[in-house]
Amino acid sequence: MTAIAKSTAHSIVEASPRAKAIAGTIVILYAVIAILPLVWIAATAFKSQSDAIAYPPKVIFQPTLEGYVNLFTVRTRQTPDFIAKLPPATTWYDKLVRQHDMVIAGPSKVVPRFINSLIIGFGSTFLAVFLGTLAAYAFSRFRIPLADDLLFFILSTRMMPPVAVAIPIYLMYRQLNLTDTKLGMILLYTAVNVSLAVWLLKGFIDEIPREYEEAALVDGYTRLQALRKVVLPQAVTGIAATAIFCLIFSWNEYAFAVLLTSGDAQTMPPFIPFIIGEGGQDWPAVAAATTLFVVPIVLFTILLRKHLLRGITFGAVRK
Amino acid sequence: MTTIIHPDRAPAAGLSEPAKSREVAKSRAAKRAGGLSDRTIAWLFVAPTIILLLAINIFPLIWMIRLSFTSLNLSMSYLPLRFVGLDNFRDILTDEDIWARLQTTAQFVIASVALQVFVGFGLALLINRQFRSHSFWTTIILLPMMLSPAVVGNFWTLLFQPQIGPFNYLVSLLTGVPPSSFSMTGEVALAPWTIVLVDTWMWGPYVMLICLAGLRSIPDYIYEAAEVDRASPWRQFWSITLPMTVPFLMLAVLFRAIENFKMFDMVNLLTSGGPGSTTELVSITLKRAAFEKWRTGYSSALAIILFVTVFGAANIYVKALNRVKQR
Repeated sequence: MTAIAKSTAHSIVEASPRAKAIAGTIVILYAVIAILPLVWIAATAFKSQSDAIAYPPKVIFQPTLEGYVNLFTVRTRQTPDFIAKLPPATTWYDKLVRQHDMVIAGPSKVVPRFINSLIIGFGSTFLAVFLGTLAAYAFSRFRIPLADDLLFFILSTRMMPPVAVAIPIYLMYRQLNLTDTKLGMILLYTAVNVSLAVWLLKGFIDEIPREYEEAALVDGYTRLQALRKVVLPQAVTGIAATAIFCLIFSWNEYAFAVLLTSGDAQTMPPFIPFIIGEGGQDWPAVAAATTLFVVPIVLFTILLRKHLLRGITFGAVRK
Repeated sequence: MTTIIHPDRAPAAGLSEPAKSREVAKSRAAKRAGGLSDRTIAWLFVAPTIILLLAINIFPLIWMIRLSFTSLNLSMSYLPLRFVGLDNFRDILTDEDIWARLQTTAQFVIASVALQVFVGFGLALLINRQFRSHSFWTTIILLPMMLSPAVVGNFWTLLFQPQIGPFNYLVSLLTGVPPSSFSMTGEVALAPWTIVLVDTWMWGPYVMLICLAGLRSIPDYIYEAAEVDRASPWRQFWSITLPMTVPFLMLAVLFRAIENFKMFDMVNLLTSGGPGSTTELVSITLKRAAFEKWRTGYSSALAIILFVTVFGAANIYVKALNRVKQR
């Protein structure tokens, strides 16, 4: 690059080094402040109960795995005499719990809740992406009467307030014996996600040139073969991005979960606030659960970086 | 090249041609689709989605419309279903409490969206200067938006604890106010701002991301031309940057406004509507009427009123969306 070109680039479209430095400082400051609550959560997970609620709030503390142990176990308080009579603790977590005059009574409900989140999340994502791909392909490639109205109808179902939707769903599920079942939650989340899936995937499939399929059709492929062997391989990034968005929605969803599930099908979001220790919320355990719950989303967000904009605007803004 | 059948026109093209070639086209189309015409495939592909949405969204909605004309109360479901006409709607629309909740909701929507536009647009302008490592920091800023509002809202209650919470401690370090002298979630004067603050923390980045796309859609040559005309940076901002980002900003505003109108999860866990009813958004009122007082008829009517409001907003939203799309 010549000196002249460089200087013009700076003066017109590119910010001056000084302007960049100021912008960088403000943005980094904001980012650091914005990320602090998340750092605090991750740190609280490694605090002891008393450190978690100490005044002044502790930045430096002795890390412990108590929070994680408490998250995964149910404990009972025992007298020191009783504990002394027990056979010696064999595992590190038994030892940790006994330091507080407690004995592990069994596993907590966190693992079943986590599994519920996984089953409902993946189940609804798979269904939504499957149905969404078919519908998006049809909307993209065929002339469907009233296509715009149908697409608007599909989108509008997602505009409804979840609490309002939950009222008739609750009544309907009571009749069908679907309250507090994984199947019921999968169907509900699929219905919510399919609107996003159709809109996003239609955008992705629109971008695949028709010529490839037409060539395949001329070569004697059936429509379904062309879809499977020509279109899908090219749409795979879009399908993956859509799937992650659906998964994140199902994973994070709270309103339906808290109103329609109570036990068998309860997912993590309504469960986490009710992780209770002696005297209120067991903050290190809550923080541990929150950390485990949030880490996959953080990884997915980084993976999705390029498609984020598209996902959050229903495909309206691409790039 | 008569053998090529355009995927869209396969059935239609066959009809408009002479009988003989129609037969050929038909048999070829049938062979290619494995016995199915394109039209059949189109419907087979779209139908499951539509049926699912009809079953999970529309059928319950119609049921709810019926219930909104009844006095059904699930905690007294032994009572016979009594139709009360428009009584529920009259009760709701003449209830001062409901209007107060709607006002609280409107204030929350306006304050949080305004703050998010300010923060989001500001950050987008700064990030658009493309300083070093801007892409890494952008990802960091985007993280809160992807997290579960419920799970994160729950954790903010610890951060906001008056005595032990790090938020109060930080404020007291900066201002000298004792950390136990104020409660972000427990005070009538502060709680409405607390939910706005947490909502902005989560969703300011959303506005930022959309504005960033808007800023990047402005071609460089427009700025170059402005520079040739010696337009000041201030002038460039008001005559180029802002007007060209407005459609994107509108999209973000509408989306946020609809989402915040529906807001339930974060606020339910952070303040659960309190103290008193200072942060009781209409979704929380609806949840209490429907799932605590079990007034199903009444809450169905309230839900329908909310539907109509959101649906009206959604219409505007889709129009704006299409306008941005055409750019």
